[in-house]
Amino acid sequence: MNTLDSKTPSGPLEKKWDKHRFELKLVNPANKPKFDVIVVGSGLAGSAAAASLAELGYNVSVFCIQDSPRRAHSIAAQGGINAAKNYPNDGDSVWRLFYDTIKGGDYRAREANIHRLAQVSNGIIDQCVAQGVPFAREYGGYLENRSFGGAQLSRTFYARGQTGQQLLLGAYSALMRQTAARKVKVFARRELLELVLIDGKARGIVCRDLVSGRIERHAAHAVVMATGGYSNVFYLSTNAASCNTTAIWRAHKKGAFFANPCFTQIHPTCIPMSGDYQSKLTLMSESLRNDGRVWVPLKPGDRRSPDQIPESERDYYLERRYPSFGNLVPRDVASRAAKVVCDEGRGVGSTQLAVYLDFRDSIQRQGAEKIKGEYGNLFDMYHHITDEDPYLVPMRIYPAPHYTMGGLWVDYNLMSTIPGLFVLGEANFSDHGANRLGASALMQGLGDGYFVIPYTLGGYFGSEKLGKVSTEAPEFVEAEEGVTARTKKLLAVKGKRTAAELHRELGKVMREYCGLARSEAGLKKALSRIPELREEFWKNVMVPGAGDCVNQALERAGRIADYLELGELIVRDALERKESCGAHFREEFRTPDGEAQRDDENFAHVAAWEYRGEGKAPERHKEELTFENVKPSQRSYK
Amino acid sequence: MNEPKLLNVTLRIWRQPDADSPGELVDYPVRGVNPDMSFLEMLDVLNEGLIQQGKDPVAFDNDCREGICGMCGLVINGRAHGPDGGQTTCELRMRRFSDGDVITVEPFRARAFPVLADLMVDRSAFDRIIQAGGFNSVDTGQAPDANAVLVPKEDAEKAMDAAACIACGACVAACPNAAAMLFTSAKISHLGLLPQGNPERGPRARGMLAAHDAEGFGNCSNEYECEHVCPKEIKVSNIARLNREFFKASVLDE
Repeated sequence: MNTLDSKTPSGPLEKKWDKHRFELKLVNPANKPKFDVIVVGSGLAGSAAAASLAELGYNVSVFCIQDSPRRAHSIAAQGGINAAKNYPNDGDSVWRLFYDTIKGGDYRAREANIHRLAQVSNGIIDQCVAQGVPFAREYGGYLENRSFGGAQLSRTFYARGQTGQQLLLGAYSALMRQTAARKVKVFARRELLELVLIDGKARGIVCRDLVSGRIERHAAHAVVMATGGYSNVFYLSTNAASCNTTAIWRAHKKGAFFANPCFTQIHPTCIPMSGDYQSKLTLMSESLRNDGRVWVPLKPGDRRSPDQIPESERDYYLERRYPSFGNLVPRDVASRAAKVVCDEGRGVGSTQLAVYLDFRDSIQRQGAEKIKGEYGNLFDMYHHITDEDPYLVPMRIYPAPHYTMGGLWVDYNLMSTIPGLFVLGEANFSDHGANRLGASALMQGLGDGYFVIPYTLGGYFGSEKLGKVSTEAPEFVEAEEGVTARTKKLLAVKGKRTAAELHRELGKVMREYCGLARSEAGLKKALSRIPELREEFWKNVMVPGAGDCVNQALERAGRIADYLELGELIVRDALERKESCGAHFREEFRTPDGEAQRDDENFAHVAAWEYRGEGKAPERHKEELTFENVKPSQRSYK
Repeated sequence: MNEPKLLNVTLRIWRQPDADSPGELVDYPVRGVNPDMSFLEMLDVLNEGLIQQGKDPVAFDNDCREGICGMCGLVINGRAHGPDGGQTTCELRMRRFSDGDVITVEPFRARAFPVLADLMVDRSAFDRIIQAGGFNSVDTGQAPDANAVLVPKEDAEKAMDAAACIACGACVAACPNAAAMLFTSAKISHLGLLPQGNPERGPRARGMLAAHDAEGFGNCSNEYECEHVCPKEIKVSNIARLNREFFKASVLDE
């Protein structure tokens, strides 16, 4: 039984979005300036949404945590963005992009959403080029493409290893243009600390000015959250330091369902862990797998340096196990395969938790210059961090927490279970199922922002009666009081441990029991350990200073307090999903050759969790997934 | 592998509680620094120690910690982003320092970058320069097919070189005149080199330069300090291009 209505339009798949756009109510251009919209987050989804909504005439306020909207973590995306342009004439189509994406997600996403994403993908590239995004070109001046994991063709557009940066700067420039036109107001260095509901609808936010410490109230007719993912729950991840779950977690506690929290992607190509001091793991773009070959020594415990290991004693395990996709298998498959060889004692480097990504053959074949042109900045980054030159010795890589497919549940309109709260990009759960393919995050963020929310938000405004609300309303007053009380509580503990210390402990629990492989016994351990850590936090955390000034320790402690709650929900979700699918690998459920074994009979659904109050178990709701256009099958990349 | 030899260093850090209070350099010893640590990870260690003692940690901006967001930026021993050039503060590793070093750490200083607290400065002037013309005026949905307008590979590459700017502000911090000409010229080059940016070249150059001056940045006097510290190795030849664009725009305007 469906308890959640996805509001997916009826009719044939390829007609749904057109039909829906026709059926959505419109807002008269003269009336659009009467609507205020709050956009929280300024990454690809947030900036694209804010700029596009402002162009339509809405009054937009953008809130970002960094000192400028241009610094949101989308900027760190490296490899590229997918689109179904089929410029290389190699067999691509909207349908194939849709098919690859739904298969890549191991059939745990909504058909209609993914098909729409594939449909709008081409318009994204057009828009970005017009903004001045300097995508890679061929000598004739046409756009160049490359391949990414999970696809057997080249559909990825890129700007060296800085695609996310260039796309974000495009969206940011559109945002700055609207700021100059006074249609957008940017509030930088702000952190959302509460969502405000009036008459059950999202009507505003309470945030903290991170410089003055002042608590601010902002009202609007709708709130759009595009606040990214929550991989920092693992402490070490590829995410930026300020990436956090606070915005969506507060929304969750106000009634927004949290969908598939346990679908977290562990990215196969990252610089391995080295010491306890480490603050993050650095991603090396998946695009490197176009030209780099992944291998480990054939024999366990072989400690020779890589140049001393002859060809016959190397195991190019991805090419061996998956001959048709080779080094370009999807991320979940590549990450698990790396874990398997390291568990066999064949890992390399000082920790033996690493595999080689070797460019020797590509450099011989194409020349170092060509490789430098494609990946120069990534090679430099690797060199800076490890003090090893990847032109001369193979890179060492290992999987690291990266992207979260889970997020707030949204319907086809990208609206959460709270009316008037829309959620875009990585912050929602919508398009990637149990595993995201490379170069699809940028596509989804921009697709949601440029080409979905401008229509669906109009549909909401056109069909609801939304009067003005005042920030003096009791709901705002109460929300601010709650925020202030929480700040006071954090500052009052005056214990002995830093928030970072407790975050490291949480991360360790999450990585060990809810990382690449999960088991019932391990998850149960985590489920008892996390509440203990939370208790320890509130009894013994030390947050110095005051609330009414710059206080980075306070900011951080607040975010970690939320991670300590979310972590438990992730584990609970992983425990309840008694199957393996995509990145969610339960040791108990695997095929004879070690691949993820889905259980379509019992788990072909989205799990959407409802918060039911302090100390109460959350309730698990279902949205059944129906597949009318593709037939879920055992994924094979052999 | 050998265990790395740990370092003991003294940090001489600019402490300033807020924008309106005076600041001063304060010494902090940090012991047992792993040379593989990044400079910011070393500051994390210092801060964790301060927090444990109930003291205010050193405020500094940082985010991606992989050299792309442009959020971090410190003047280390007198040089923006540290000794090497071609990298951001977060990419700098402690193996670049020696046991016993005294390391001075200051914020990026410029009239247009007021200090907010300790090592944090306000770089919002950069956003306002972009607002004055650092964009192509295209609304969502207006764009023609991406391959409808060809871009010679060489132009795309040059545009990309300039577009790589991360707006960290090191160029301003390093310039004796606190000019933001490298930053401004990078955007003018990036968009001006592409056919899509061509229609607005004139107003862009005029608008962005006027905003640059209004924010209180100084003028370029060809010191080239900016190029030396730029983590993305943006070239001063962009400033020459900016000057040409500005001159052309001004003449055409007459």
